[in-house]
Parts: sequence; structure tokens; C-alpha cells
Amino acid sequence: MQSAQISFENIRKDFPILERTIRENKTLVYLDNASTTQKPNQVIDAINDYYRNHNANIHRAVYALAEEATELYEKTRDKIATFINVSNREEIIFVRGTTEAINLVAYSWGRAHLKEGDIIVTTEYEHHSNIVPWQLLTQEKHAKLEYIGMDDDGELILDDLDKYLATGKVKLVTFSLMSNVLGTISDTEKIISKCKEAGVLTLIDGAQAVPHMKVDVEKLGCDFFAFSGHKMLGPTGIGALWVRKSVLNTMTPFHGGGDMIREVHKYETTWNDLPYKFEAGTPNIADVVGLGAAIDYLLKIGMDNIRQHEVELTSYAMEKLSEVKGLHIYGTKDISKRGGVISFNFADVHPHDVAQIIDEEGIAIRSGHHCAQVLMDRLNVAATSRASFYIYNTKEEIDKLINSLNKVARIFKL
Amino acid sequence: MSNADIYHEMIIDYSRNPINYGKIEDHDVTFHDSNPLCGDSIDIDMKIDDDKVSDIKFHGKGCAICMACSSVLTDIAKGKSIDEVKNISKTDVLGELGLENLQAVRIKCALLSLKVLKYALYSYLGKHLDDSQDVDKLKEEAANLY
Repeated sequence: MQSAQISFENIRKDFPILERTIRENKTLVYLDNASTTQKPNQVIDAINDYYRNHNANIHRAVYALAEEATELYEKTRDKIATFINVSNREEIIFVRGTTEAINLVAYSWGRAHLKEGDIIVTTEYEHHSNIVPWQLLTQEKHAKLEYIGMDDDGELILDDLDKYLATGKVKLVTFSLMSNVLGTISDTEKIISKCKEAGVLTLIDGAQAVPHMKVDVEKLGCDFFAFSGHKMLGPTGIGALWVRKSVLNTMTPFHGGGDMIREVHKYETTWNDLPYKFEAGTPNIADVVGLGAAIDYLLKIGMDNIRQHEVELTSYAMEKLSEVKGLHIYGTKDISKRGGVISFNFADVHPHDVAQIIDEEGIAIRSGHHCAQVLMDRLNVAATSRASFYIYNTKEEIDKLINSLNKVARIFKL
Repeated sequence: MSNADIYHEMIIDYSRNPINYGKIEDHDVTFHDSNPLCGDSIDIDMKIDDDKVSDIKFHGKGCAICMACSSVLTDIAKGKSIDEVKNISKTDVLGELGLENLQAVRIKCALLSLKVLKYALYSYLGKHLDDSQDVDKLKEEAANLY
């Protein structure tokens, strides 16, 4: 399907929230998609339909309703397998989101495998969710956490990776496929081939990439892959972790409780099959169903079309923003190496002030450290403003953003 | 309160040219705090002579609201007795800048420096006074400021 056949204007009609007004009758311009995305009717209706017509607990009871709920829940697992291209559905674990996915790996894999003196390697542009779990783990195990540095274009310095791999002590390299602040797309192929050569496992945080481009986990060749539903039109509180079976089989359970067991005796328990060993308790069934609807929606538009739409928007926004006097954009200018996330600072105006003034025009952008304080330190700033795009955004909205920045300039006498 | 009202001349001026900005090398007390969600970060240094704040300076990174309120707050506190400084309230700071109706999400920007000041005073009093009840009260007030 070619981009020309997709009407991105019609797509807006699927998102009821885009019809509401903000502040004094301003149309909502939602540009905080790296944080969370809006939800189409198809997703809202799927959740609604689940509660109205199919609600029951899964995997247990034998009555018809329970069977329907189980089927709906498990269908999403198959949709995910197709969506990110992995062949074994039992390698996919439902979690609350990327944060929980990474914590699960740090807990269940890390506790079983990490020893004193071992090294975990992350990067300077990670979200706190791909830093803090590793700090907790390495502190507990007296292991070390090291960082792949970032150059001034916002790209990773892979010589750092070589240096750490050469020690022979690295057990895991963990990195995001796309930075949530700079939009940089990591050179996954290079990183993973280096790690494979060294016999080191890799974890990819796909939270920012999965919603915006075709991701083929099998081709990537990583060992762990995590993403969140709410950044890809799905509900909050649901995401998935994929783990290569040979690795998953060596991991201990994350949470103990119902559904994750085979047999429970007074003093010992045997575990359920994969993936249920890692899904204790009644899961977030309704939102799993909602995530399934989000995947259907995205696949109907086509991931390549979505990427193409965002490349066009990002190129346009980069061009327009760079014409604004006093505005500095962080990260690479090479659109092929970045997603639809643009972080900037506007002269000496603090990002909170920028965000508040343009909020008056109905424009929602993010300001702050974006849960990436290590990166803020590397950029030597306290905060940035960040505009991030998705399928329902338009060039007209970017024009509104640019116009609103003129208001900031006027108020702050730039 | 609309944004146009918030970003008036005084706020913009203070954010560009904060007063009492800097460090006091021979301070009697210093305190640092930050807002975890936005990353605003403020340090306050104080010189205390004869139970009076004889000098006070702040430094750090913050938005226009944060910088303006820090300027105003340090100006209010300068030269005041410890008792008077203890009684500085949030309305004293917000009122000075016409920010009484500031929306909840920005209150933490406006009051970060007041929180730091209260904590600084608490840490000074904790070291120099025996009246632990007084110190506890101040600590509680600082913790519940916003």
C-alpha cells in the first residue's frame, strides 16, 4: 500500500478527542505522542465491547463467557507475534508496559545470572526505565553499570561498546531502538552484531520505535524486546516483553501467585508453561483486548506508511523550527536516522514557560527532562521542550506550533 | 488565571535579571532541593548573625516563575529575624508577584525556593537550637508546602 492511498485527514475522524477544544475555544494540537498517544474509536470500542459482552476471568472456568475472554486475550498474543515478527507466541509475556518489562528482565534474568564484577552496558540516551532497574540490580550484585556515550549529533559512540565488550565481563547490553528525547534511531545492526560476536545478550527498548516503524524482532536478532501499548494507540497499563526461549527457560518467575503455577504444595511449587510462568494473577484482560485492536488499526494503515507520514512531518517541522531565530534543535539533522521526536530549546526561555504559553493556544508539547536526566546532563541542560508526532498530526498543526512560538518570543522580548 | 496574566513584566524581568543570585562562600547554612518531575533545582545559602538573616543568595536552574519567586523570596527574607523568616508564607511570595491563583501544576515552580528556605532554616535551627518542637514544625511545614 502506497502512502498516497492513505488519507491521513480521514484518520483524524477516528480520534474523538481531536474534536474537543482547549482553553478558550482553541482546537487541540496534540504533539506529545512520545509520552502517550490518543486512542481511536476502534480501540475504545473494543474495550467497551469486552466489558459489555465478554467479561470473565481467563484460563480457568469452563463456561462460555470465560472461553470467549480467554480467546480474546490470547488472540492479542498472536497479533503481537505477527506485528513484531517472532515465531513463538509462548515467548511473549504481557506486562504493564516497557518499564515493567525491563524490571522483569532485571529481576528474573538478572538475579539468576549476574555475578559480582559482571558488567551491564546501557547508553547515555536511555529513559530512566532502562537505567534505574540496572542500577538496582548491579548494586545488589556488586556488578557494574557502564554507559555507551553519545556524540554531539545524538548518536551512540560504539567505540565505547567495543571497550566494554573487550573486558569479557559484559553480560547484557541494553538500549532503546529510538531515543524518547532526540528521536535518534540506534544502529541496532552494528550493536547486535558486536554483541553476538562477543556472546553477549541484548535487550531492546522498543517503546518509541514500535509505534512508528516496521519492527522485525527476528531480523534484529536481540534476546529481549519490550514495548508499551499506550504509545501505539492502545490503552495504558499494557505492554509486552518478548524473550528468546533459550533465555526465557533460564529465568526464575517474576511474581508468584495464581496462573503462574502448575502444582502448589505446602512448601514447594512447580511452574506453569511459558509464557504463563511469568503472568501471575488476573491480568489486564480488557486492555490486552484494546491493544489487539490498536495493532489491527496500525496494520490496516501500514507501518511503512506511518513512517513515511512521520518522515514528511518531521522534515517539515525541522525546516520550520530551524527558521525560528534563537531556537536550538538537539540531535541529528539526518531524518533517516531519527523518528518524529524533536527536542529543542528556545533562546533562554525555560521549556516550562514555552509549554505553558503555547498551551494557551491549545498546543500540547512536553517540557522537562523527559525521564532522561542522564541525557540532560550530557546535553548540559536542565530541560528541553519536545514536540513528537503521530499518524493524526498534520503540517497545519506544525504551522500552529511555529506561530505559537512567536507569542513566546513576544512575551519574553526575544 | 491565564498565561498572559502570569507572564507579566515583573516576572520576565526577574527571570532575566534575578536578584540575590549567586553563592555565599562563607555561608552559615546551605540547602539544595529539586522538583523531581520538572528538574528545576535551587540552592539557597544564608549568612546568619545575631539571629538575623544578614545575607541570602540563591542559585540554580528553573523556569521564569521559579526564578522570579526565588528573587522575591530572598528579597523578603534578607535582613529579617529568624522568627520573621519562619513565618514567611506562600501567600507572601505569590502575592508579591500577583500569582495567587497560579494553577496547581505550576505551584511547585513558584514554591520550590520557599521549601528550600524552610529546609535551610530547619537544618540551621537543628544544629543551633534545642527547641526540637520548633524544628519539627518547620520541617513539617516545608514538607507539606505543595
